[in-house]
Amino acid sequence: MGDRYARAFPLVAGAFVALLAVLPWVAGRYTVYLAIQILILAIFALGFNVLFGYTGLLSFGQAGFFAVGAYACGKILLATPHLLLGLLGGVVAAGVAALVLGVLSVRHTRIYFSMLTLAFGMMIYSIAWKWRDFTGGDDGLVGIPRAPIVLPGLGSLTFATVERYYYVVAAAALLAMWVAWRLVHSPLGLTLQAIRDSESRVDFAGIPVRRYRLAAFTVAGLYAGLAGALLPPLENTVTPPIAHWSTSAEPVLATLIGGMTSFTGPIVGAALFFIIKDIIVRFTEHWLIWYGAIVIVLVLGFRGGVVRMVTDHLLPRILGRP
Amino acid sequence: MTDLLRVDGLHKRFGELRAIDGVDLALPAGRLTAIIGPNGAGKSTFINLATGALAADRGRIWFKGEDVTRLPAHRRVRRGLSRSFQIMNIFPRLTVLENVLVPVLARRGRTGRPLARVEAQREAVGEAERILVAVGLGDRRNHPAGILAHGDQRLLELGIAVAPGPELCFLDEPSSGLTPVERAVVLDLIRKLAGERRTTFVVVEHDMDVVFSLSEWIVVMNRGRVLAQGPPEAIRANREVREIYLGEEV
Repeated sequence: MGDRYARAFPLVAGAFVALLAVLPWVAGRYTVYLAIQILILAIFALGFNVLFGYTGLLSFGQAGFFAVGAYACGKILLATPHLLLGLLGGVVAAGVAALVLGVLSVRHTRIYFSMLTLAFGMMIYSIAWKWRDFTGGDDGLVGIPRAPIVLPGLGSLTFATVERYYYVVAAAALLAMWVAWRLVHSPLGLTLQAIRDSESRVDFAGIPVRRYRLAAFTVAGLYAGLAGALLPPLENTVTPPIAHWSTSAEPVLATLIGGMTSFTGPIVGAALFFIIKDIIVRFTEHWLIWYGAIVIVLVLGFRGGVVRMVTDHLLPRILGRP
Repeated sequence: MTDLLRVDGLHKRFGELRAIDGVDLALPAGRLTAIIGPNGAGKSTFINLATGALAADRGRIWFKGEDVTRLPAHRRVRRGLSRSFQIMNIFPRLTVLENVLVPVLARRGRTGRPLARVEAQREAVGEAERILVAVGLGDRRNHPAGILAHGDQRLLELGIAVAPGPELCFLDEPSSGLTPVERAVVLDLIRKLAGERRTTFVVVEHDMDVVFSLSEWIVVMNRGRVLAQGPPEAIRANREVREIYLGEEV
């Protein structure tokens, strides 16, 4: 985002927060449910893009950490109904998993890194199927409560309706966006972008590159964990398919649609991902064919993503060149 | 004069090729040295070994009296051993200022801060700006580095190489691909930086005019070995050196 939009940014951010706040009052239950899906994918993709767009590492295994977050949250909520504990547990578990598998993954880059992460992701997928005692196998975890947030001495917030749970997801998404914004504009974020541009030059700037790649990998894992942990209280169940590689593809697609070179790309991409899908399924059951075609057009036609197309080409045309 | 860098019995093979075949060399502080030699003489490999980009098969490398043979590159940089690259190596998508800011932040141990703002690192930003002014890019601090002209990118590379505040800095063909005018600018800059920054430069160069006008000491390499070394006038008179550079004005 250039200096040109710097002044408009607080306005856009404020409008976005306001939209999130009023949505359940102006929209129906289905739209709210769709918004939850979008926000969860936005969190997922935002963390993914710290690794992909900012550090230059394409992971195909993020579904693994998404699933770790979801299962950990599900298990915690089945044991003790405290929503924040479940969410936090999901984030921590996914972060630990990313840290451990990251140590092995970040030894490589490019396609080797992508294949390693794909393999680790599929390992977690098969654990979700096979480790019946813990994951429930193909039955998954069922009867997960949409637990309340307990405030000691003040009572508790309950989330009986989807609309109320929506606010939990929206708050988590805003927090995740704020942290990511700070992160990519920090010295750490700058260092990650430098690694993306030239690993050897960063090495010879006196920076241990591998440790920083691991940090980025762990951040992406934490975000995947948060996104995953938000799902079980909504659906009341966790099943192995969420660990499938096709779940890993979702943040990849959202980021490519919205644009990996802009901070808001993954967020906008997440929205387009679900909105396009929602529109197509109304017309055809072969929606995947059409969906694939539209994604190809978007990725090839909007080089750098939809967000760049708007900020770099469309808006200057409307507002005039600076 | 104490030796800043000293290598003993350095060897490096790539398959059958003995790229570095027993090099002993001492580089004292404060002496602007040029390494010359025909293609494949082992100049770049020597830099790669000295700075830690490659691991030596045999031999020892001492920097400021410390054995750094097994030290990874980034830790050698932190001890004061920096370099530039033969092939352009900058951060094309970062701004010119950010290119220099990364090594400055690294030296100050600030790169790991996840929630601080880059702009708030005032001292580091100030230092990076001074480096940009020194290399003549002060007015382009907010340009993406990738859109700079080739000559300006070479200047930026110099800025990145000196930003860690090195005591010893290897420059691998700093003027390659430049016009004669740009070349003169780069050389003046190296001379200026050598005087100002208490940095000892070791330059690999092909252009003999550059080598003899710039350096106080010349190391001639051939087939992975040091063929001769000495002050420019001695090298100019050396018969062996004249032979390997047959036909060139030496």
